This record gives sequence, C-alpha cells and structure tokens, in this order.
Amino acid sequence: MGGSFTINHFLYLLQGVGWTIVLSALAFALGGVAGFGVMLLRTARSALLRRISFLYVQLIQGTPLLILLFVVYFGLGVVGIELPPLLAAGVSLMVYCSAFLGEIWRGCVESVPRTQWEASEGLALTRWQTLVDVILPQAARIATPPTVGFLVQVLKSTSLASVVGFVELTRAAQVVNNSLFTPFLVFGIAGVLYFALCYPLSRWSRSLERKLNVGRRQAA
Amino acid sequence: MKYTFDFASLQEYWPEFLRGALMTLEMTAIATVLGMVIGVLCAIGRRGKRPWLAALCGAYVEVVRNTPYLIQIFFIFFGLASAGLKLPIFAAAILTMVFNVGAYTAEIVRAGMDTIHPGQIEAAEALGLSVPQIYWDVILRPSLERVYPSLTGQFVLMMLSSSVTSQISAEELTGVANSVQSESFRSFETFIVVAVLYFLMAMLLKFAFFLVGQAMFPRRRRLGTPL
Repeated sequence: MGGSFTINHFLYLLQGVGWTIVLSALAFALGGVAGFGVMLLRTARSALLRRISFLYVQLIQGTPLLILLFVVYFGLGVVGIELPPLLAAGVSLMVYCSAFLGEIWRGCVESVPRTQWEASEGLALTRWQTLVDVILPQAARIATPPTVGFLVQVLKSTSLASVVGFVELTRAAQVVNNSLFTPFLVFGIAGVLYFALCYPLSRWSRSLERKLNVGRRQAA
Repeated sequence: MKYTFDFASLQEYWPEFLRGALMTLEMTAIATVLGMVIGVLCAIGRRGKRPWLAALCGAYVEVVRNTPYLIQIFFIFFGLASAGLKLPIFAAAILTMVFNVGAYTAEIVRAGMDTIHPGQIEAAEALGLSVPQIYWDVILRPSLERVYPSLTGQFVLMMLSSSVTSQISAEELTGVANSVQSESFRSFETFIVVAVLYFLMAMLLKFAFFLVGQAMFPRRRRLGTPL
C-alpha cells in the first residue's frame, strides 16, 4: 500500500478506457449482425422460426449477463475450447446484444404500417426486396434512438468483463485501487470516465428521439 | 475433446442453490419497495418548483444511468469501508441496488407523469384538492398505471443484475454458484443450472408483477389496456 494517485495511474485508467471502447465496438458490431438475424427470425413467416427465436430472446433476456459470461468463459474452457478473455467477453456480449437488439429492431420493423408490405406485394417485390428497399429504410429511422440508447447499455455492460480478468476500465480501476486503496478517488475517476463515454450518447439518443417525434410533440 | 455432462454431482448442492435463489428474491423484494419510494420522490423532486432540488434529482438520475452498476457497487462498498463505515454485505448489496434502481424508476415514473395532461391538474386545483391529493389521485396513480409494464420490466432487470453483487461476495445465487463450482469443479453445469434458475425466477417475478398489477389497477383488469 502507499503512494498517491499519479499521472501514471491515470494513464493506466485511460488505457482501460481504450479497451472498454474496443470491447464495446466488438460487442456492438457482432451483436448487431446477430441481432439482425434474430430480427429476421422474429419476423419470419414460419411460425416455428418465430417461436424458436422468441424462446432464444426470452432465455437470454431472462438470464444475467454475468452468468452468460461465466457459462462462456468457464464452460467452453472445460469443454476444451480455451478462449482468451477478450474473445470470451466479446462472444457473451454478442449473444446478449443480439437478443436485445433483435427485439428492439423487431419492434421497429413491425411498427412500419402493414400496408407498406401489402403495397410492395402488389408491386411484385420479393420478400427480401420489400424488406431491404421498403421496410428497413423506414424502420431504420425509428430504430436509431433506441439503438443509440442501447449502445450506452453495452458500454456499461462491458464492465462485467472485468470478472473474467479482461483489463478494461473497471479492472484497471480495481488494479489501481488494490495498490493505493483510495476507492472513492479511483472508482470516482472510473465513474467519471464512464460517464464521459455514456452521457453524450444518452443525450444524442434523446435528441434523436425528439427530432423523430416532431409531429407528435406536445405543446406543453 | 469429449466432455460428459454430470449434473448429478450437483444434486447435493441443491439446498445451497435454493438458499441463494431465495436470497436473490429477498434482496429484489426489498430493493423494489425502497427503489420505488426513492424513484417516486425523485420524480416528484424533478417536477417541483425548487430548482436546486430538481437539479439534484436530475444529476442523480443521469449519473446512475450513465455509469456501470459494478462501478457503483465498488464505489459505495469499498468507499464506505475506507471511510470507516463497514456495512454488512447484505445491507451494502441492497443499498447499491436501491441506489441503482431508484434512478431508473425515477426516470420511468417521470415519463409517466409527463403523460398527465396539465388540464387534469388544473381541474383538480379548481376542485380544491390539496397538493398531496393531487399528487396521489390525479398524477401518481394514473401515471403509475400507464408505466406499470416498463416499471416491472426494470425490476426484473434489477433482479438479474443483482448477480453482480456477488463481486462484493454477497451470498446470493451467483455467489453460491461461484462457491459451488469451486468445490465441485463442475463449472459448466453449475452455471447452466444457475442460468435456468435465473430464467425461472424472472418468469416467476413477471407473473407476480402481473398479479399485483391486476389487483392494483382494476380498470386495467377490466379493459385490458391502460388509461
């Protein structure tokens, strides 16, 4: 123990911020791709596919991310697939994101009026053409604010990767705290750094929402 | 590589899993009630006429919503300990849960309050209702009825994220899982069992909230829709 908080400690925390961003980006990119798949399945014409994907979403949303992380990290390790912490955290966050993003995007796709589907069918567009050219451009507008909002959720969730030993911001703060034992200061700084990452995104999400709701905005 | 699942060896730990699950539910129940109180007070504070109180409540909500729960736990638990205040782990875990969920509740309740048309409040004032009456009968009850689904969803999410309190060695379900897997060396099976338990608890909680909602909001029960 001993010593005071120096610039080196701060730089170490900043390095943690870098890894937090890398992990968030990885989780969001992979989760986005998988989430798109989940959305497709959730809105599929086959009732079986819809039901299976519904179960998947319920299952993932009904278990804590921490448990998911342990299942991936320890579980796959036992089966003989040794994953480095970054990949284990990335994979579990991907699964987590896919369920939430898939469900958010399903809501957005379904909020596009049915008549748009019918009109496209009348124009003899295939289902894929309808989706890509007609539905998604409209759904994307609706989907942007909640997706940005979820990005905040992802950023915060990456803090759990610290428990499998991946040195992102939370883990870095723990390491620094273990040597200095000034928890208010160290975790306070880590909190401020997280806040600096998340708050602009939250604000952005809210302003997007306001812009989108311009027609329904109440004159208060 | 071949791996044979062995769930049978976990059977002897069943009472411990159960104890952990009950602990999680207990923590969730306490944090739901206290978080609800904090959230409602905070939402009222944000609407109130005192700018400093509104700013304070707003800052609390933004800080909690934009920092990870794990950091909040470490900050509160280790921070208080370093300041000489050693809370029992159970109390510390609940304190962090209330601190966390209070802010989310405040935001949801505030959104509900914003849906109350100003004319309703003016009408209540014209009828000579007192301020507590207006807040309770005209603002709070209808707005809680409207946001009930998102509120309960948030409480279910809190139950799930309470698993994080295992990091300050709270003996809830995840904490139990950690000690079981280190004793039995069956980590994969242990966490699968625990995942299933959490899933069942989430379903149970949703059902319980549904029943509470049916009892609390008779209009919702009769019409099948909120206001």
